[in-house]
Amino acid sequence: MMLNDLILGFSVAATPINLFYCLMGSLFGTLVGVLPGVGPVVTIAVLLPATFALEPTSALIMLAGIYYGAQYGGSTTSILLNLPGETSSVVTCLDGHAMARQGRAGPALAVSALGSFFAGCAATLLIALFSPLLGAIAVRFGPADYFSLMVVGLVGAVVLAQGSLLKAVSMIVLGLLLGLVGTDVNSAVSRFDFGLPELADGINFVVLAMGLFGIGEIIVTLERRKDEEGTVIPHGRVWPSRDDVRQSWKPVLRGTALGSLLGLLPGGGTALASFAAYALEKKLSRSPERFGKGAIEGVAAPESANNAAAQTSFIPLLTLGLPSNAVMALMVGAMMIHGITPGPQIMTSRPDLFWGMIASMWIGNLMLVLLNMPMIGLWVRLLRIPYRLLYPAILLFACIGIYSVSNSAFDVGLAAAFGLLGYVLVKAAFEPAPLLLGFILGPLMEENLRRAMTMSRGDAGVFLREPVSLVLLLLAAALLALTLLPAVKRGRQEVFVE
Amino acid sequence: MSIRNTSDFVSGLALVAVGGGALFAARDYAMGTAFRMGPGYFPALLGGLLALLGIAISLRALWIDEGNRMGGVAWRPLVLVLGGVLSFSVALGVLGLALASLLALTVSALATHDVRHWEVPVLSLGLSGFSLVVFVYGLGLPIKIWPV
Repeated sequence: MMLNDLILGFSVAATPINLFYCLMGSLFGTLVGVLPGVGPVVTIAVLLPATFALEPTSALIMLAGIYYGAQYGGSTTSILLNLPGETSSVVTCLDGHAMARQGRAGPALAVSALGSFFAGCAATLLIALFSPLLGAIAVRFGPADYFSLMVVGLVGAVVLAQGSLLKAVSMIVLGLLLGLVGTDVNSAVSRFDFGLPELADGINFVVLAMGLFGIGEIIVTLERRKDEEGTVIPHGRVWPSRDDVRQSWKPVLRGTALGSLLGLLPGGGTALASFAAYALEKKLSRSPERFGKGAIEGVAAPESANNAAAQTSFIPLLTLGLPSNAVMALMVGAMMIHGITPGPQIMTSRPDLFWGMIASMWIGNLMLVLLNMPMIGLWVRLLRIPYRLLYPAILLFACIGIYSVSNSAFDVGLAAAFGLLGYVLVKAAFEPAPLLLGFILGPLMEENLRRAMTMSRGDAGVFLREPVSLVLLLLAAALLALTLLPAVKRGRQEVFVE
Repeated sequence: MSIRNTSDFVSGLALVAVGGGALFAARDYAMGTAFRMGPGYFPALLGGLLALLGIAISLRALWIDEGNRMGGVAWRPLVLVLGGVLSFSVALGVLGLALASLLALTVSALATHDVRHWEVPVLSLGLSGFSLVVFVYGLGLPIKIWPV
């Protein structure tokens, strides 16, 4: 039966017109992933009106292509420019950019593309095999389970943060608070808006991310770059060496598995997947001190994980009608425009659309790896541009990108403020990455905490009575306890001291 | 008693201020009960938590020194990079994309210590034109281009 479904899917996806839109989506995705400041959210939002005239299947195939295409392109900017196009490639910056500075940008890009391709293939197969089954499991998750799941994600972020645990936790809490700015969905009260109407809709994720990581990082880089003349980095060989492959195939497998699982869960998605995959590799590694200094596992695992998650995050959307992130929310919008209600009925009422989209993901991944592997040389050549010419360009694209998210010049000014915050945090030895994760999960956590507490009539014990929630909380506690062990603690401090 | 790590001590105090500020602002929002949480419940919880974490970081800085030092502030990149972004934000609505890009590029291009002065106008003009072509004509962003 599944074979027939897949054959149907490929017969839909392989029509010339759908192949064309798949290619367009993948290419567009890579392009915007590479262009700093313009991510898939902006692109999909801008292109949404352009898809009105298309057949719904073609439209969704192209929009999906932009999303996973950007996962390929996003890692390129993370590695070459230390500028994540999205949260999902924030962790790739740590080791990917470190590798680039060591002249190993080529292998970093190649491993990330090949890992993504493997993850894409595996995730497509997983969707086809398990989407009915996995949907049935995820549908049973209650608010308490979701809350505990997000706690695990945040603890993961603390574990992977360098330096003081206290500082990492405080960054998460600060991020959670920033996530609450704007109108509360339950009561319509506008919180922490300082009387500014521009803040009523909350702080846009792109604004925060570009400010903290884009603008803040540029200032830090300009400050630290004092002695060197230019930044011409010899990139070395493009293809990974035998050692690189030996070191990265296991992380790719683990990243794919973890990413597929986390992408499935609402509120998880690509960001949580890449963070968790990185934390897992760092924990499993026999030499965790290499992480953050150009460990190839730190590129292979999160890049595989985010691509796997980008694809499996379609499962809750297609089977439950539940968007797990901003891009999926836009996909819901796209489906509604074409008169399709996302939900379990799609599989039976529009099998051509459901399976056609799944088949197109595999085709799109194949196109991406075939197009990108030869083009890596081109991306690497970007490094030959001196930084004094590069950073004004990055700043301008970031400004235009931030503006275009909601056509707001105020957002550009707000990003400058977050740029200042990013600079101050780095100077005071606080890591900004946990802040971003807290920011994304803040509203979701509040929503699920409220719902769980309402359902249990104000009894916090519900988090320990629900079996799934209990297991997740124990997992979080175990992770936290692990970092407090004397041996691990010493290891963390050694990393910090450098 | 002397402070071992001034940078951490001050950071901790700053977090106390932010957490306290959040706690203070959350007074205006209904707290509700644990059973039926109001809009103020979660923010107050987080604000209090952040203030406590800040206190812990400050106290820790009295005894433990991790060796991190704030170091001097690099005013030139700080002011000119942020100034470039801010000038874009302010100029966009008034002057349009073409001139706002030119302004932002000129200001921010001066932020680095190895400026080559003849490069700045070339870079600014070239990138402004490029961004017009890509973002306005290519991606079709709805954006004001000229002052009129």
